This record gives sequence, structure tokens and C-alpha cells, in this order.
Amino acid sequence: MTAPSIETRDLTIRFGGHTAVDAVSCAFQPGELTVIVGPNGAGKTTYFSLISGQLAPSEGRILKGGDDITRLSPSARAKAGIGRAFQLTNLFPKLSVLENVRLAVQAKHGIGPRLFRPASSFRTVADKAYQHLKATRLDDVAGLPAAALPHGDQRKLEVALLLAMEPDIFMFDEPTAGMSVDEAPVILELIDEIRKDTSKTVLLVEHKMDVVRALADRIIVLNNGELVADGPPEEVIAMPIVREIYLGIPADEAAA
Amino acid sequence: MTDTAISSAPPADRGRTGRMIVYAVVFAIGLALAFAPFLFQDVRSSQVAARICVFIVLAASYDLLIGYTGIVSFAHTMFFGLGAYGAAIALKGMGPGWSAVLVGGGAGVIVAIVLAVLIGVLSLRVKAIFFAMVTLAAASVMMVLASQFSQFTGGEDGIVYKAPDLFKPAAKLLTDGDGKVLKLFGVSMNGKIAAYYFVFLCCFVLFLALIRIVRSPLGTVLEAIRENEMRAEAIGYRVVAYRTSVFVIAAVIASLAGTVWAVWLKYTGPETTLSFAIMIDILLMVVIGGMGTMVGAVIGVVLMSLAQFYLKDLMEAASSATANIPLVPNLLDPDRWLLWLGILFILLVYFFPAGIAGTLMKKGSHR
Ligand SMILES: Nc1ncnc2c1ncn2[C@@H]1O[C@H](COP(=O)(O)OP(=O)(O)O)[C@@H](O)[C@H]1O
Ligand SMILES: [Mg+2]
Repeated sequence: MTAPSIETRDLTIRFGGHTAVDAVSCAFQPGELTVIVGPNGAGKTTYFSLISGQLAPSEGRILKGGDDITRLSPSARAKAGIGRAFQLTNLFPKLSVLENVRLAVQAKHGIGPRLFRPASSFRTVADKAYQHLKATRLDDVAGLPAAALPHGDQRKLEVALLLAMEPDIFMFDEPTAGMSVDEAPVILELIDEIRKDTSKTVLLVEHKMDVVRALADRIIVLNNGELVADGPPEEVIAMPIVREIYLGIPADEAAA
Repeated sequence: MTDTAISSAPPADRGRTGRMIVYAVVFAIGLALAFAPFLFQDVRSSQVAARICVFIVLAASYDLLIGYTGIVSFAHTMFFGLGAYGAAIALKGMGPGWSAVLVGGGAGVIVAIVLAVLIGVLSLRVKAIFFAMVTLAAASVMMVLASQFSQFTGGEDGIVYKAPDLFKPAAKLLTDGDGKVLKLFGVSMNGKIAAYYFVFLCCFVLFLALIRIVRSPLGTVLEAIRENEMRAEAIGYRVVAYRTSVFVIAAVIASLAGTVWAVWLKYTGPETTLSFAIMIDILLMVVIGGMGTMVGAVIGVVLMSLAQFYLKDLMEAASSATANIPLVPNLLDPDRWLLWLGILFILLVYFFPAGIAGTLMKKGSHR
């Protein structure tokens, strides 16, 4: 059996006395879309930050394709194929929408350090960037500064940056939160596309049950930083503990 | 929908006309500098023009740091001084000649690279304020060294030396039939002209190189780091490595500008290169011109230099013209020129919060 594309072993982080992620051991396979659910403050975003390297764990290890990446910098992990879209929009506000995406494409293709040629002359980079803008329906606003976009479009740009990184592992953190009903399907279709590529691994934090049902191959549940459930969607959704912590229904009522 | 189209058109339009104005002004300044010896034929003007050329490079390379990358450094004059002292010591020791300029300038660049890498690697990881303090400390140490090692540096008095022969006033670039210096449009084609065009061309090339850098993929990465360091790292850029490289590039360019300045002045001392007064000047020039615009440096340097050189004259004239009116001549007394310079700055910053070029081009003012 090949090594999982990403795996965490006893991954733990403490902030002062508070354990935000508590000994989470979990492995994710290529071609698999895992939805991560759990109440606010469960540690979902923190778990992502540990995997993408913005936070260093207090304990535990992270492996990518069997290699230990626990000590790698965020940029090295991005280069190794770990990509993440942030829950709180995290863009380059004064740069144009196109420049935002171009930066990610450029990083992927290793022309960041190129000096003496105008950035606009790298055709393939610009073309690729445009492709991602088309896919996220942002091509009309390519020239606007990111800060000038309405909230929904900023969320889309967040996703466009992730697509432009062309990672093996996609992490989406509530990608459709705050989007209008006609915007969300664009993003969900894109995620569905990625899911069909059997070489990609997708981790998705999502609350809306219809979305979870439609996309998930597997659901894991975090609560108080602990991994409390892991399995196929129907099974996990039916678990009393999930109904209790996630839907706020007491276990005895849920069972009834 | 037509609503938004109408309301969004004017700002974009204003940005465009603003940009046209800025580029037209910068182009005019470029032309004036290119023909300065013919347009302004007195010694003082040529001194002002040469200083403007050198300081455009110095301020623009500082803009690369502070405006484009968001690095606050107080060591820019230190690098400027390294190039100047390198050339000065070599010209003094080896005698006037191009090999001395090359050796001295080259040594200045090498020391600048070593110091920039050291400062960058050791301290660009830490918070911006600590980095600024480290550069301040380094610059202070360099000033102490320059005054202590007076057998090399001339201490507080600095070093006087000769420039290469080509730049001697007696040098003849073009001669007429009788072997006398040829005059073109009333200007003698002698070593003074050669010296000015040496300064102009070197600075022009360095400035173009800077423009190239900010328009390249690297330039966008630097802006990204300034805008959102964490995200730049998250999409795969090694932020510390980029910061260090840009710090080194700016140091090298400042050092080269120092060498050019030293060759022009034929004198190098703390007051002309290392002093914090110059550091503050550069900072003001970039802020007034517009951070993160490059062309802003051109406008900022020209405004500041003209004010520094000519405000006193202007006030002298104004003061005597108003001699019969009470109080006004006192206010306009040339001794108060710093006060007026200060008022000028405050007004500029008030009306052009993103700097002149920055505000006109609507850069850095979307919010
Ligand atoms: N940098 C931090 N410092 C201190 N506490 C933090 C930090 N980041 C997250 N936390 C805490 O960790 C817990 C998990 O947060 P988070 O991962 O954002 O939850 P979720 O994404 O599941 O809503 C919360 O209690 C939060 O307050
Ligand atoms: Mg979260």
C-alpha cells in the first residue's frame, strides 16, 4: 500500500493552557474528499494551519507521502504541494485581482526571482492566471484591486489563489461562507471537479449539510480539538455524538 | 447596473490623467537633466543637477526597500558611503584613474554586499522595528569607524582627491581647427561636461535597472510581501530570502551611486555621504514623491533639492521686495528658510497623503 498523501500523528497544539488540537491522528488518501465538521472553536482552522505550516505543533508529526514535513516552512510546504484557502480572506489587498492570482502561478512555476524582464511578458503565467479567474468567474474584475471587491468575490479570489497553486492537497476552510446563493455553486462545482481527479486530496471544512452530503467521501468530526468520529458520510451523520455536538441535539433525543 | 458604470468611471479616469501628468513631469525632468549643462550654464546649477541625478538613484533604491517591500532601514547612507569612501580612498591612494574608480567602487560594492547579507540574514526575520534599530546601529558604527580611522578616511575632514583626467576642467573633449576646446551652443566641450555626463549616464542606467526590477515578477513578489507577508509565504515565497535579496540589491545600487557621487565631488566626507541628515533627506524625498512608485523618487528629489538650494534665494528676493511692508520681510527672512521648508512639507503631506506621484496615480490609496 502506498503512503497516504497527508497524515498527522498525535498532532497537538496548545495555546497557553488551552489545547486547540489534541493528539489528532488521521490519514488522507489521494482521490478522497474529506469533510471536517465540528462546532466553532473545535480546532478545524488550527488543524489546517498546522498542516500548512503557519503554526508549529507542540507535539506530533505531519507526513506527506510518507516524508516528515513537520519542520518545513510554510513556503516549502506550498512548494511540496500543500495548498490552502483561508477562512478569513487573506489576500494582497492593493494588488489587482489578476496580480493576486499571477503571484500564485508565478510561485508554482518558479519565476518569482526573475529580475530583468517585465512581469507581463511571461505569457503562459498570465494565461494560466486568466484561466483560474475564468473558472472562478472573476475575469470581469481582473483589473480591480482585491480590496475593492465585494465580499463574495474576495472569497472566490481566495479559492482562485488556491487553484493557481496547483497543489496535490487542497484545503478549503468554509469556502462558501458569506457567499450568496448564486455564487456558492460555482465554488462547489470547482471542488467537485478537483474531487474527480484521483491524484488529488481534498480537505473541506463545511457546515451546510446538503453540501456535505453531496461532496463528502468521508467525514471526520473535531470537538474540543479531539477527533471524535471518522467514517463514511451516512454513518457519521447518523452518530448520536455528531448530532449532539454538531446539530445541538442532545444524544438521547437524537436517538429517539 | 448603469449606475455603477457611471460612478466607477470617474475615479479610474482620474487615475489615468494623474498618471499622464506624473509621467509627463518625470519625462520633462529627465529631459532637463539630460540637457542640464546647456540649459543652465553656471557652476551652481551643474552641482544641483548632478546632485539630483545621484539622489534620484539613492531615493529610488530606498523606495525599493521602504515603498515596495515595506523594509524600514536607516543604513542606506551607510551603503552610499561605502561606495563613496571606496572610490575616494582608492583615488587618493592609487592616484586619479579609472582603475582606481573600478577598484574602489568594486570594493565598496563587495563590502556593501557582505554587510547587507549579514544584516539581512541575522535580522530580517525579526520584527520590522528591530530591523530598523539594527540598521541604525550599523550606520552609527560606520560613522564612528569613518571618524576613528582617520589615516584612511580623513576623519571628520574627509578626503580630497583628483578625479580621472578626463574630468579635469582642462580636458578637451572636442577641439576646433586651432586645437582649442570646441563650443557647442555656447558650452565648452571640456572635462566638466564629461564629468556631468558620466554622472547622468550612470544614474540613468541605475534608475532604469530599478524600474526594470519593480516591473519584473520579482517586483510583484516584493509588493506581495509588503501587502501580506503571511500569504506570500503561504503561496510558496521564501519571504526572508526575498527580503534579504532586495536589501542586498538596494545596498549595491546605493553603493554604486556613492561611487559616482565621489567621482563627481572629488571630495568625500561624513557630511556628503554618511550623515543621518542625508538619511532623513532620502526618507523625506521618497515620502513626498510617493512611496512604492519609483517615479515619485524623481519628483521628491527634484522638489527637495530645488527647495534646499533655491528657497533661500527666493526668500531673499521676496524679503527685499516686501521691505516696505511691516512684519512680512521678517517672516520672509532667508534665515527662516527651514521654517518655510517645514511648512511646505506639511502642506504637501496634507494635500498628497500618498506622496505626489502616489496620490496623483491613485497608487496605494484604494481604501
Ligand atoms: N493563535 C491563537 N492563539 C490562541 N488561541 C487560539 C489561536 N488560534 C486559535 N485559538 C483557539 O483555538 C481554538 C480553535 O480555534 P479554530 O481552530 O479557529 O476553531 P474552528 O476553526 O474549528 O472554529 C479556539 O478556542 C481559538 O480561540
Ligand atoms: Mg475556523
